[in-house]
Amino acid sequence: MPVDLSLAHRSDTLLFLAVVVYSLAMLGFAAEFSFSRRAGIARALTRADAARAATPATAARIRQPAAVGGAGGIATGPPPGAGPATVGPHPPLRSRLDRSTTGDHLGRIAVVLTGLAFLLHAGSVVTRGMAAHRVPWGNMYEYSSMVALVAVAAFLVLLTRERVRFLGAFVLLFVVLFLGLAGTVLYVPAGPLVPALQSYWIAIHVAAAITASGTFALGAIVTVLYLLRAKYDVLTTTGGRPRVSSVGRLLPPATTLDRVAYRVHAFAFPLWTFAVIAGAIWAESAWGRYWGWDPKETWSFITWVIYAGYLHARATAGWRGRKAAVIALVGFTALTIDYYIVNIFLVGLHSYAGV
Amino acid sequence: MTDTTYAPPTQQPALPPSRGPLGLAISGWRQLTSMRTALILLFLLALAAVPGSLLPQRGLNAGKVIEFYRDHPRLAPILDRVSAFDVFGAPWFAAIYLALFLSLAGCVLPRMWRQTSALRARPPAAPRHLSRLPVAMSWHTDEEPAEVLAAARGRLRGWRVDVRSEPGGGASLAAERGYFREVGNLLFHFSLLVLLAGVALGGLFGYKGNVLVKQGDAFSNTLAYYDSISPGRLFSAGRLAPFTVILERFRATYQPSGEPATFAADVRFAGHPGAALRSYHLRVNHPLNIDATKLYLIGHGYAMHFVVRGPDGRVAYDGAQPFLPRDASFASDGVVKVPDIAPGPGGTPRQLGFSGFFTPTTVMGPNGLESGFPAARNPAVTLLAWRGDLGLDNGRPQSVYALQTEGLRRVLDARGRPATATLRPGQTLALPGGVGSITFAGFSEFATFQVTHDPGSRLALAAAVLLLIGLVVSLRVRRRRLWLRARPDGRRTVVEAAGLSRNDSGSFDEDFRAIITRLRSRPAALEED
Repeated sequence: MPVDLSLAHRSDTLLFLAVVVYSLAMLGFAAEFSFSRRAGIARALTRADAARAATPATAARIRQPAAVGGAGGIATGPPPGAGPATVGPHPPLRSRLDRSTTGDHLGRIAVVLTGLAFLLHAGSVVTRGMAAHRVPWGNMYEYSSMVALVAVAAFLVLLTRERVRFLGAFVLLFVVLFLGLAGTVLYVPAGPLVPALQSYWIAIHVAAAITASGTFALGAIVTVLYLLRAKYDVLTTTGGRPRVSSVGRLLPPATTLDRVAYRVHAFAFPLWTFAVIAGAIWAESAWGRYWGWDPKETWSFITWVIYAGYLHARATAGWRGRKAAVIALVGFTALTIDYYIVNIFLVGLHSYAGV
Repeated sequence: MTDTTYAPPTQQPALPPSRGPLGLAISGWRQLTSMRTALILLFLLALAAVPGSLLPQRGLNAGKVIEFYRDHPRLAPILDRVSAFDVFGAPWFAAIYLALFLSLAGCVLPRMWRQTSALRARPPAAPRHLSRLPVAMSWHTDEEPAEVLAAARGRLRGWRVDVRSEPGGGASLAAERGYFREVGNLLFHFSLLVLLAGVALGGLFGYKGNVLVKQGDAFSNTLAYYDSISPGRLFSAGRLAPFTVILERFRATYQPSGEPATFAADVRFAGHPGAALRSYHLRVNHPLNIDATKLYLIGHGYAMHFVVRGPDGRVAYDGAQPFLPRDASFASDGVVKVPDIAPGPGGTPRQLGFSGFFTPTTVMGPNGLESGFPAARNPAVTLLAWRGDLGLDNGRPQSVYALQTEGLRRVLDARGRPATATLRPGQTLALPGGVGSITFAGFSEFATFQVTHDPGSRLALAAAVLLLIGLVVSLRVRRRRLWLRARPDGRRTVVEAAGLSRNDSGSFDEDFRAIITRLRSRPAALEED
């Protein structure tokens, strides 16, 4: 079937509009973030345990009885049975006095804009697929668009579970840059799939890889913020002067960021595992072997191993916290190499993934 | 896997000061099975895989390795000595993953043994001071202690619950859930070991070979038919399944841009000699499976049909010769070797050879003829004729796709120019000097198949599925403990509650509150401390 050109054109227009609205939402989030400087949204967002988060040592000294602790503290608390872990209080909800009305309004508007942009973006993806009569992830442009869509979706889902509006500006900055790269450098017109991709496994394997990648991207953003906050905490307790990490003042406490980062990664890792396994099953039926150390396979393996290392490191004394976070970022670097470097520079069986 | 899968060394019981080889062995074993070692081995494994993607690998593309040798004549032998062109078969790569799997086995297997009893374990009794636990709360109620705990027990569905009476008229309740987290964790790690076994099985007993079949030809699964085969270490030719495949028809279609659209081969096959022939439509992504041996369509091209006649007009050669595609436009190269032509004057051995260049859609490009499209829209073959000794009798093996030109010289025309012509199907090139003639009778397509037998793939697949299940269980199931203590306090009853999350996912404090709210039978009548 020939490509429906007018629908393909509509898809491009929708993506452009989505990027514009994402940018506006990003500005809204950024404004809210900077308003919180005065109003202490960070404090409100983060359940009053900001003060404690500096180091486990200081955390252990501050006790707040009759309080149900923030779960984040459990991560850094002593092992079970080793004595009481002190976890911060859990103030009911943000109090009205704490709230910066302007900042809060901006934040809410930004969330609505993000939802609107998400719908435009999803519309772009759907029309692209309809125009080419296939799944809308057959080349790098489409794949990038989907990864960004998943990252936004993951952020919106996370918003319903955790107070993570502070993430908005950072997530959307990533999304806008990523989509900008996709829409300019990686753009290809809508077209049919090469024979090697004509399999129902493209719907399974590639969709899983996209969802895992988008979620890992969100995890990496939270991890960077965690490292900034942790650095800020160390510098302020040791009397140092935070420079880049001064943004940490506006962020939730390190334990919260660490917990959110873990949740996101723990969601993405099984998906990535599934993507690799599904890829192996597809490779077995397409290329005659389920694993052949093709560059894409090799880097998927490297990515998997590093993220597995991250999850293990979080359960190992002496590796928790910043060390584990660095491992997660190394994992995201491997994922980025797996995508850009392998597709563009290393010739292998996945080369048809198309620039 | 986020739990303490491997006990960190710091938490292990201190070794008694032991000397001698046994003590050394024990401490070495503990080092190996420690989480720290496993982490380092994991990162080493990731690091070791990197050169395998950056340097050309023999297993993936041997030609690239030869190119690398040509471009870096000094560096290549050094790299080759450390197996850098065969990273994933290198001893040092094997050393890393074997150490990792040994570390894994040393940790997981004993834990699996212990887990058999841990699964039946009762929740530990409530600690004396519940308020010191990470999450704790307390309240007063008018109910009797026993009533409170009985009601709570009824509502703790899915929890393993024990109620113990305590001195002073009180009682405590201990509850635990999420026992399957550790089961998932162990399943995940054990599946990795099984996966390795599946990979090893395939590597030892399997084989992979390539075979080129011209349209209309048959292929019997014996070593003689293979163009190349890479057998596993314990493979024997007797294990080849005795099937036969006939390529009835191959068809490729293309986009207007020249990009491939579809490839398909219509084949007929018999599982063993004498069996009835069955048909199959073999395509990319749809291999043919015959008795656990799979045939994959991996490539195609054109085979040239030539008829060569000697000086006396007798047919000296009549056959189809595959020409190997050079690029995506299917401009293809090949040769024809004619050893049995009439001897020349004086009885000197005289053989003919032709090197040819086929262009399915012939167009004139800046550097001569080229192919403008992969389908045969305007087919032509350009031939260059050679005579002399083809070198077939000197015992050295040679490729059927290349001429050995040492013993050959070009056939020249009267003016001393090499005899060459571009022929369309049906056309004939008469060689100067009455040497003979070659007719381009036509062409057909050929397909290349990869034949694979991997006896470990099913085990590997099963392991991968279990691995995924174990992973999801170990990351999703939350291991939690909950304690309640109810004791008389004057006329009323004071209830203390505390909880402990054995893993760090989720927001336990919120869940704890929700559980407690559910457990408190008459929340309105109560006041919080």
